Amino acid sequence: MLEIKNISKTFNAGTVNEKVALNGVSLTLKEGDFVTVIGGNGAGKSTLLNAVAGVWPVDSGTISIGGVDVTRLPEHKRAKYIGRVFQDPMTGTAATMQIEENLALARRRGCRRTLRPGITKAEREEYRELLKILDLGLEDRLTSKVGLLSGGQRQALTLLMASLVKPKLLLLDEHTAALDPKTAAKVLAATETIVQRDNLTTLMITHNMRDAIAHGNRLIMMYEGRVALDISGEEKKKLTVEDLLSKFGQATGSDEADDKLLLS
Amino acid sequence: MLGFFNALPGAVSQGLIWGIMAIGVYITYKILDLADLTVDGSMCTGAAAFVVLFNAGVNIVLALLCAFLIGMLSGFVTGALHTFCGIPAILSGILTQLGLWSVNLAIMDMKSTVAINITNPETLDKLLVSLRFVQDVAKGDRPFYRHPIFVVGVFTLVVIALLYWFFGTELGSSLRATGANQAMARAQGINTSFNKVLGLMISNGLVALSGALLAQYNSSCEINMGRGAIVIGLAAVIIGEVLFSKLFRNFALKLLAVAIGAILYYIVIQAVLAFGLNANYLKLLSAVIVAIFLSVPYWKGKYFSKPVRKGESQRA
Repeated sequence: MLEIKNISKTFNAGTVNEKVALNGVSLTLKEGDFVTVIGGNGAGKSTLLNAVAGVWPVDSGTISIGGVDVTRLPEHKRAKYIGRVFQDPMTGTAATMQIEENLALARRRGCRRTLRPGITKAEREEYRELLKILDLGLEDRLTSKVGLLSGGQRQALTLLMASLVKPKLLLLDEHTAALDPKTAAKVLAATETIVQRDNLTTLMITHNMRDAIAHGNRLIMMYEGRVALDISGEEKKKLTVEDLLSKFGQATGSDEADDKLLLS
Repeated sequence: MLGFFNALPGAVSQGLIWGIMAIGVYITYKILDLADLTVDGSMCTGAAAFVVLFNAGVNIVLALLCAFLIGMLSGFVTGALHTFCGIPAILSGILTQLGLWSVNLAIMDMKSTVAINITNPETLDKLLVSLRFVQDVAKGDRPFYRHPIFVVGVFTLVVIALLYWFFGTELGSSLRATGANQAMARAQGINTSFNKVLGLMISNGLVALSGALLAQYNSSCEINMGRGAIVIGLAAVIIGEVLFSKLFRNFALKLLAVAIGAILYYIVIQAVLAFGLNANYLKLLSAVIVAIFLSVPYWKGKYFSKPVRKGESQRA
């Protein structure tokens, strides 16, 4: 479903701030794969997701989604294939617009925006039903401005928006990192439900090793702009945090990164 | 005092005409979250195009339409400079505005003023609005529906109705999303660059239309007529918002508040003039009024906010 071939990205090339963020990353996801991504600060996790989403062009390599080469497509055209939830709850929704307006915008992802009404009556009913599933009491607040919602509510709403039109690929960029533990667990549970229900191909960055082990059928760990570890199948199911740390040490030949990984 | 009341219908008429311009400013400043300074130039562009075409015998509706289109074109230039060339929006607007000064002069055949000959009754009759009509209606020489307040009032309502419809469509909603949160808009497949250009075009089209109406009202176009227009537009937007934000929640009513803001602005100016202020100080006064109204929301938030519950302030 997703095929990343040997992509590289260097920021501020030729200056003192030069940073090789991605260094020849290749990764292939089969349809329905739920891959968790871990790694320390600056390992290239977010850069990888942004490269796939098309926030900026990559320096080299190719990216294709569902057989379509998207390497040269701008962000808004790739959005046709991709659902995204961001780390910052403010990023995924338009605060000054109503809940139903935000959903209506997401409903039209990948369609040409015409002079037809921006939202229809039938849609409103549909949204009300969908919001009930989230169980956050949002179904009675369709016309509330999203800015009035809490961070957790906004992330849940963004998740719903990302999956409203079934995406070929779901990108979750530490989407629970800014939430308190209880809310984070709730949003993560909602994520699991939606991914299972729609059988979504998913890339999820997390800073929490336990979450990375508990969710998904495959785990990758990034280190210095590369995929350092790739664990799937039975091996992934039996994985523990200790295993992960020792495997990481073997793969990269370093042990000083342990603390950094656990803390970041 | 009597002078002030006599001047009131004129002030309201002018305010309404500037109100259309202010609605244009509202689209960029409030909806798209861009400060667009093109308007200082495009207002005169619309006026110049209209007067030259009208004097050449072109049908008045067609001339107004041309003014609207040339305004859109100037908005397009600013939009292209901003999105395609990556120049900051405020600088793009300044560049276009500066360039337009020469364009405006060229349209007016290198003359700094072009007048409409209203001493000819036939020509006067063809105009939609004119300062003369204010007096004529008062004297009973013309029916009430030729009064500028009525004509421009209807004009404003039609503009508001069209914008209300447009911003409710899929495309219009995506424009609002572009202004509200660009990252979100792009993630939802919205071409934010296209939308910014489109918004700037609609905005400057309205500004040019307002310029064309003002040229009719004053029966002339003058090269400096749009200077400082952005400040008057902002004044109207902010006065409308400060006074009516609690009352008007609906989008159409918010646009109406902008139009009312422009009228109030002109009434205040008229009142100050009636008190004997030298007209030379008007620009300074405008700047001070806008500065005060722009600071009100900031001071309100800083000094008069209610205490926030523990923990909530950290969440931001």
